[in-house]
Amino acid sequence: MREVNVSLLTSAVAEMCTEANYILGDDVIRALEKGLEEEVSPTGKDVFRQLLENARIAREEQVPMCQDTGFAVIFVEAGQDVHFVGGNFGEAINEGVRQGYESGFLRKSIVKDPLQRENTGDNTPAVIHIDIVPGDKVKLILAPKGGGSENMSAVKMLTPSQGVKGLVDFVVAAVTRAGANPCPPVVVGVGLGGTFEKVAHLAKKALLRSLGQPHPDPFYAGLEKEILERINRTGIGPQGFGGRFTALAVHMEVFPCHIATMPAAVNLNCHASRHVERTI
Amino acid sequence: MEVKSIKAPLTDEDVLSLKAGQKVLISGVIYAARDAAHKKLAELLEKGEPWPVDLKGQIIYYVGPSPAKPGQVTGSAGPTTSGRMDAYTPAVLRYGVKALIGKGSRDEATRQALKDFRGVYLAATGGAGALLSRSIKESEVVAYPELGPEAIRRLVVDGFPATVINDAYGHDLYEEGRRQYSTE
Ligand code: SF4
Repeated sequence: MREVNVSLLTSAVAEMCTEANYILGDDVIRALEKGLEEEVSPTGKDVFRQLLENARIAREEQVPMCQDTGFAVIFVEAGQDVHFVGGNFGEAINEGVRQGYESGFLRKSIVKDPLQRENTGDNTPAVIHIDIVPGDKVKLILAPKGGGSENMSAVKMLTPSQGVKGLVDFVVAAVTRAGANPCPPVVVGVGLGGTFEKVAHLAKKALLRSLGQPHPDPFYAGLEKEILERINRTGIGPQGFGGRFTALAVHMEVFPCHIATMPAAVNLNCHASRHVERTI
Repeated sequence: MEVKSIKAPLTDEDVLSLKAGQKVLISGVIYAARDAAHKKLAELLEKGEPWPVDLKGQIIYYVGPSPAKPGQVTGSAGPTTSGRMDAYTPAVLRYGVKALIGKGSRDEATRQALKDFRGVYLAATGGAGALLSRSIKESEVVAYPELGPEAIRRLVVDGFPATVINDAYGHDLYEEGRRQYSTE
């Protein structure tokens, strides 16, 4: 049994909040550079130029790349041999969010109640997903999620007979309906299988994968490619101004499902595809 | 790509000279207002009461900036999704606001109101908040400070980059751009 003081979670989360919002990952930068090179629409090219310049300013001046610094969504993979000591686990994570958003000059975008809508003032609470895994390490993944792209998510209980075509049509329709709202070029997270609530979780998890890394199963890697090509034929383009790059990548996460079901979900991320990892 | 420099606030002639797809650089005064401020402004219009700032002839930018660091004029300040303001926008255009800056498509009623009241809708690059903040030279909260990032701000901008989406003639770049590049 390894003891981990929860104050370590607080300091790690605080640092991760600013890092995720200031520094766009190399994987995304590479995808934007490819877009700049290959986009055929001049307005689209101009968008890629602006986004790369924006990422450079954010990194160099240590400011958020986007003013919507997001909902702090945190995935925790806790080793089963870890014993958390020194305080309340969830409160320690929220304290990290509180500190990170305050000291990093990040926007506080969370309201206390969905209908009464009073700002909590410190961007808490975080959304925390916990997985218990073998070992004695704690892995934290923080993915701040903007509201504009989150609003364009979709879940559909497809039926088994709808098959590959039903899935592809559903994903392409969701991206098309979203149009310019989620700040394209987007990253498309697709969940497939599980249950109603599981599939949404899978779609979000799909966004955590490093851009350009295909699904390990060749069947799904092929399907990711097929869906990406379909999406990029829509012509929506960077910022919806028209062009070939509507999405940078499609990532799928798949889970077994019931003989009667085929749940599917789409969670869109903007080009500000923020995710950072840390292991304690 | 041709870039047109325009001065804010816009005259009717300015608005009529803009065409969907054009890239512009805006200099002058614009006003930041998003969801919560729109709700309040719409309520005042309904009651026939005056707005806390006169926005007749002005440009509204849908933005809720992140907090400014010490020494900064503003934090990151990119556009938010415009569609959420659609419910209020026809009344806002009827009142006399001339132009709107945001991101994402507008509904039928807003597009019709842009034609009826000679308005224009522009998009700034969504997610380029750090870059866009550089063209904001002054920022001052002028109404509803209690709304925090959603307060109404008076912004002085210099060379603020935007693209015309809906012009006063009924053109829509989102539809036309997509049609041009679609290979479906
Ligand atoms: S969708 Fe992403 S890039 Fe666009 S405003 Fe929201 S967080 Fe920023």
